[in-house]
Amino acid sequence: MLELKGLAKRYATGDLALDNVDLIVPAGQVLALIGPSGAGKSTLIRCVNRLVEPTSGTIKLDGDDITKVRGNRLRQARRQIGMIFQNYALVERLSVMENVLSGRLAYVGFWRSYFRKFPQSDIAQAFKILERVGLETMIDKRGDALSGGQKQRVGIARALMQNPKLLLVDEPTASLDPKTSRQIMRLICELCAEQNLATIINIHDVALAQQFVHRVVGLRAGAIVYDGPPEGLTPEILTTIYGEEDWTTTHKDNDEEDKPDNKGVEAALLGGHP
Amino acid sequence: MPTTTENNQPIWMRRTPARQYAIWFMWFLGVMLFLLCFKVVSDNTIWEFLTDAHVQAASLIGRMVPPDWSITGSLMLPLWDTINIATVGTALGVFIAFPLAFLAARNTTPHPALRAFALSVIVSSRSINALIWAILLVTMIGPGLLAGMIAIALRSIGFVGKLLYEAIEEIQPTPVEAITSTGAGRMQVLAFSVLPQIMPAFAGITVYRWDINIRESTTLGLVGAGGIGLQMNAAINNLAWAQVATVFVLIFGTVIVSEWVSAKVRHAVI
Repeated sequence: MLELKGLAKRYATGDLALDNVDLIVPAGQVLALIGPSGAGKSTLIRCVNRLVEPTSGTIKLDGDDITKVRGNRLRQARRQIGMIFQNYALVERLSVMENVLSGRLAYVGFWRSYFRKFPQSDIAQAFKILERVGLETMIDKRGDALSGGQKQRVGIARALMQNPKLLLVDEPTASLDPKTSRQIMRLICELCAEQNLATIINIHDVALAQQFVHRVVGLRAGAIVYDGPPEGLTPEILTTIYGEEDWTTTHKDNDEEDKPDNKGVEAALLGGHP
Repeated sequence: MPTTTENNQPIWMRRTPARQYAIWFMWFLGVMLFLLCFKVVSDNTIWEFLTDAHVQAASLIGRMVPPDWSITGSLMLPLWDTINIATVGTALGVFIAFPLAFLAARNTTPHPALRAFALSVIVSSRSINALIWAILLVTMIGPGLLAGMIAIALRSIGFVGKLLYEAIEEIQPTPVEAITSTGAGRMQVLAFSVLPQIMPAFAGITVYRWDINIRESTTLGLVGAGGIGLQMNAAINNLAWAQVATVFVLIFGTVIVSEWVSAKVRHAVI
């Protein structure tokens, strides 16, 4: 279970990215975090595993306060939190197996990991997870030889290798086609149910989120403006989160007209490659 | 990007007229400076010497052809020394430059003070030519191969260090973020996310420097730091141009082989 209390982040530039966020995510719950680009979704999940240092507030994972931990204790906190990225963030020149095993780095010493002498139990687990995500035939392929959907499956496998209690997922489908997007979302949600993980998914595609998650949190200008079931996202609520727009037209139209645009903007803001 | 309106048509120009004139004026100053420099060089040149330059060149080449192949056997050991100076020197330089590059790169340095230290080592190594290092080292540790190897190594540190730390600064940050988020230690993050990304650059830089060092080490003999340069210097002093030509041909052959090896290595590590 993840508990955020009064979490705030002000960047050195003076921008307030997160404003007093209170959030509790129980184990087994899949939560979609939606909001316009720049609302602080990325900052929020990066504060949880401390890739970004929060300015104030507390982060508790299963009751342990990890807001200020450093060194070994920070690494022990991080290994309980799996993270999946928009641009997969694989190490492209390493093989699929090496990428997946890198999820175990916090459990083995430097030299063992350097010479790729991971314990047999880790290797057995890697085979099991690779089979679960459907990549058992890709083990020796290099990261850059895979398609987008396959890369994201490797990213998911790497996160699961950590045996995490919490999964942070940053725009998992933003670089994928609609069909692969659905497959990846389904896979993430199934795995969370199987392993009883608390999960936060940043996502732009509201329709896709509604199809898969238990709970939706809307973020606007760093503050929570909606917290409820996916069915509760009425046109009024969407206007509160994203601003004025005709929300009554079908989702199909929205998908076709808005999606490429949103992708480009979000990727540019994150400094990523669309 | 000034936009004006003319006959109700928006007109776009790349620059404002004032800026355009300023740019023309800078070009004018540049041409003037070039002409002035040319006059200074011209005033200090004895042009009469140039009139028979082609005769002199033809005569020199005439004395070089055909090369004196009888000394080839006695040049093999110095040539082997030259290759050893380049190879051992490169290895030693890379060995020192590799950790230095990680200290010097903005995204991997543990502390700004260490970064400043690493950068100053790299700059001072780069600012001195291998031949000058060799002169200093022959004075310090005496003539011979060792002085040549250390001279090559000292010069290589700066070259390899600079190119490598630039490669480190240009890596994609997202894999680093991903490995960090698994809870990996500092060294593990370097080994799993930074090192794989810089391996092609590292291999390329190393063989490129080795290639340069083969050529540089042929001159080190001129100052007594071992290798084929010593024989070349002796031949030049004796005005034995046919022997000088033999040395040239051997160096040429060695450089071609080193080019070939470099290309192979670069191709293998991508």
